[in-house]
Amino acid sequence: MADDSHTSELGGLSYDPAPESRSIARLAPSYGLFLNGEFTPAASHEQFVSINPATEEELATVAMASASDVDRAVASARRAYEKVWSKTTGAERAKYLFRIARLIQERSRELAVVETLDNGKPIRESRDVDIPLAAAHFFYYAGWADKLEHSGFGPRPRPLGVAGQIIPWNFPLLMAAWKLAPALAAGNTCVLKPAETTPLSALILAEIFQQAELPDGVVNIVTGDGTTGAALVEHPDVDKIAFTGSTDVGRLIQERVSGTAKRLTLELGGKGANIVFEDAPIDEMIEGIIDGIFFNQGHVCCAGSRLLVQESVADEVLRRLLRRVDQLRVGDPMDKNTDVGAINSAAQLERIRELSSWGEKEGATRYTSACELPDRGFWFAPTVFADVAQSHRIARDEIFGPVLSVLTFRTPEEAVAKANNSKYGLACGVWSEKGSRTLWVAQRLRAGVIWANTYNKFDPTSPFGGVRESGFGREGGRHGLEGYLNV
Amino acid sequence: MSERLDVKKTYKLVVNGAFPRSESGRSYEVARANGGFLANVAQGSRKDLRDAVVAARAAQAKWWGASAYNRGQVLYRWAEMAESRRGELIDQVGLAEGLKKKDAQSSVERAIDRIVWYAGWTDKVTQVLGGANPVAGPFFNFSLPVPSGVIGVVADQESSLEGFVDAVAAPVCVGNSVVVIASERRPTPGVILAEMTATADFPGGVVNVVTGLTAELVSHLVMHEDVDGVDLTGAGELGDELAHRAAGSIKRVYRPRDNGDEDSLRRLRTFVETSTVWHTIGQ
Amino acid sequence: MAPLRPVDVRDHGVLLPAVISVPAISNEDELRRVVGSLSGVDAVGVESRVAKLGTRSLKKSTKMSAIDLAISMVDLTTLEGADTHGRVTSLCTKARRPDPGDLAVPSVAAVCVYPDLVAHARRVLGAAPVAVAAVATAFPSGRASLAVKLADVAEALEAGADEIDMVIDRGAFLAGRWGQVFDEIVAVKAACGTTHLKVILETGELVTYDNVKRASWIAMLAGADFIKTSTGKVAVNATLPVALVMLEATRDFAEQTGQLVGVKVAGGIRTTKDALKYLVVVNETAGSSWLTPEFFRFGASSLLNDLLMQRRKQRTGAYARPDEYSGD
Repeated sequence: MADDSHTSELGGLSYDPAPESRSIARLAPSYGLFLNGEFTPAASHEQFVSINPATEEELATVAMASASDVDRAVASARRAYEKVWSKTTGAERAKYLFRIARLIQERSRELAVVETLDNGKPIRESRDVDIPLAAAHFFYYAGWADKLEHSGFGPRPRPLGVAGQIIPWNFPLLMAAWKLAPALAAGNTCVLKPAETTPLSALILAEIFQQAELPDGVVNIVTGDGTTGAALVEHPDVDKIAFTGSTDVGRLIQERVSGTAKRLTLELGGKGANIVFEDAPIDEMIEGIIDGIFFNQGHVCCAGSRLLVQESVADEVLRRLLRRVDQLRVGDPMDKNTDVGAINSAAQLERIRELSSWGEKEGATRYTSACELPDRGFWFAPTVFADVAQSHRIARDEIFGPVLSVLTFRTPEEAVAKANNSKYGLACGVWSEKGSRTLWVAQRLRAGVIWANTYNKFDPTSPFGGVRESGFGREGGRHGLEGYLNV
Repeated sequence: MSERLDVKKTYKLVVNGAFPRSESGRSYEVARANGGFLANVAQGSRKDLRDAVVAARAAQAKWWGASAYNRGQVLYRWAEMAESRRGELIDQVGLAEGLKKKDAQSSVERAIDRIVWYAGWTDKVTQVLGGANPVAGPFFNFSLPVPSGVIGVVADQESSLEGFVDAVAAPVCVGNSVVVIASERRPTPGVILAEMTATADFPGGVVNVVTGLTAELVSHLVMHEDVDGVDLTGAGELGDELAHRAAGSIKRVYRPRDNGDEDSLRRLRTFVETSTVWHTIGQ
Repeated sequence: MAPLRPVDVRDHGVLLPAVISVPAISNEDELRRVVGSLSGVDAVGVESRVAKLGTRSLKKSTKMSAIDLAISMVDLTTLEGADTHGRVTSLCTKARRPDPGDLAVPSVAAVCVYPDLVAHARRVLGAAPVAVAAVATAFPSGRASLAVKLADVAEALEAGADEIDMVIDRGAFLAGRWGQVFDEIVAVKAACGTTHLKVILETGELVTYDNVKRASWIAMLAGADFIKTSTGKVAVNATLPVALVMLEATRDFAEQTGQLVGVKVAGGIRTTKDALKYLVVVNETAGSSWLTPEFFRFGASSLLNDLLMQRRKQRTGAYARPDEYSGD
């Protein structure tokens, strides 16, 4: 901007650093695998490092599980299932899950700090979104454990047995909760494989399982990399695979699992369309667009990464959007006033940069936030591309970063057509004050989740999941039980 | 050295989050099941019931205004409180019902687990009892269970804790508030549990308990026009007449069934109303 | 009526154009066109934005300067039937020197009193840099004829008021007679001349955010210098979401016309924590231009003592004793 006196930044009140205290984290220097109720080294004693993506400092080392460790984990889960968990009544399983929910609440501040250090997301989000929702998922599913006969899946639905669960790095603890809570409530035992770059909060969760006196082997945690996950997917004694991650890996998993008796649910990528009609409530809509793509640094499968704005209001919306982007506070995730944190890894940063470069190559107009970025760590300034066409790569490929592509439409039908013009179908947003039109659009959108006049809202009672190449199966709600019952 | 004298408990009513004596100033003796004095308990009056209904009505809006998650947390905390004071409950159930300690303990444990069961219902009732309806037209149509409002409960006369839990937790978990006439001869376990609603973070007035002589109190509760439903489990022989009187204001009435075959959700279903919304769908 | 000023998408900021171009409103139809075409406000969205802004953590020097800023924005208020000269004397003495034990504490922006106490307030304040604001126009209800309301204003001005806080006719607004609401404000502004006019919307009676937004625009289009939330005399007074809606309205109005209209939040703001939340909302909506007593005020009485106590705590590290601060 040419003239500084017209600054749109927070000139008046600049906030001094307000750092959360790192010492609350109490991390050990190294962690083993969590097998059969205790921490144990990998058979090979191999470890790998987990770093803080905001500073690149080492946080701890964790065990690298090989195929033989996965084998031990599955055996432990199978033994626990046969001897203990399948004989535990629903009411008793419920009480374990209630205990776990409470312990998460009690240790919430510690978990939030660990999550922010390991993932790079702002402490405000870990504290106010990730950890509370994780506790809520355990609370919700605890209540189903002794009511399965009322869940709409028949009078005596049975569990599947041993579930192998592979989770991503974007919401590490929350994704663990989304997987473990329904599986345990339904009566299964689990082998959980956290993401390579974010293993730590799952290991604290393992401590919580110990404090809750969860029977040994009911949950086992195998930290590692892609090979660990592959070993779990291919293990013959696993009855169910649940995966959240990229569509490319989901495709491989589905190929591996096809032809076996294993049940499968997949929660994959997306290219969510946030559809803005001219009668949208303007200021709340701007917040919703911002939240839709910059929440969690855009590392959200259901991110509103495409803005489809009605042409009649496109200029005004873009102007307000860009003004708001400049106000985003990007920086130290441990600062309570940070809005946008670090990119989770060097690899992801490179992917975001590469895909974004296509934006300009293909002729879109690029706007980048005027924020200053720290020297160390992995950072990407919030970016908006305007004048994007449906055929552009940045309108089709999932970037999984803080990059918004803006396209226009003229009529509701055109909005629906453009929104659906994607191999994905995870989430969409619709902004309008006209209820009938919102419902009309929602009915026609091919998406598993549709947010009206809001975005990125999650609740354990609300089923979440995609259609088409965004995956199949639902997590949350009564529907979330289906994937873990033999029905 | 002389034996230590213990501090005896005075049993009062539970109304609007507070613990008043009966406005009538009366009390009556409650005996142990196996004979002997147990306690003097407040002998509630119709005015106490009237005050309790006012409190229940005011509290119900606040209770229903909280999220289902929050209600579940509060009910679970009630179970936490009951568990931490299980000793007192076991003693009282034993004395009130004439049970050996082992049996009293089992009864209390079942009652606590039952509270936990209800705690898990608050955020599931809508999914089980509600849903979208595929009407033949361009409308989004959905049905939701909403609480009836204020429920009058005549608590089970014999089952001093387990019966109390079922009659109270069922309407409360779906968002109602309750005014309970406790068992006449075995009121103390229920009153103790109701006292714990204060430390379980219930808003005052969601659970109200009036102790006293059943026959004297019941018709006032059943005929009160600002009570939306009644559970006549503890009414015994008076049940038929009371059900007849309840008809005067078209109350929802719950009565135990002779064959004992109980759908565990019947109480939940009796005290909710189904609200159906239609919304047009069109550009 | 002037069309919306076209802006280039590269102009992200709140621009204040050199040329003032307020839409000329000469009849109710034109008013309805402007005000009726404003976008709606989503209540859930507003409230969640406010909740998020409420998590901002103000520490150290930010907190110190914010507390001092808040003190300088206070309109120290007494509006009771029982007010006397003695009460007003205490109030004005505190207004010019809030903490006799610390002369570095800024004086407040203004005192706010009923018209018949303006002259006395002016006498007590003398040459102190504290304005005297008078409520007028049949405050707080506004239920009187226009003639009576204007007479009320005239007396306040004659007594020496520097600022007038008027009330809008909420009955007329809720009955849809926006033109009448507009005309009354225009008439009062004309009577005020150059005297600064605050228009009290009584947001607690308007209830919905849509109504707050519309009433804000009506007041600004009619010439208000400030829009104010409340009289402080009803059940619901200033709230953070209402303030957010009003600040967004002033921001948009400034972009279109070049005129900055101030915002005053009044009633129910008792703690420093509350006050700082309001400053954060100002900071992150309308922006730095409004972070001055010239464009933002707190209508409050007990808030001042809490600000002083928090100020003391920031400097000494110890929580203060409420008794040490004068009750007036």
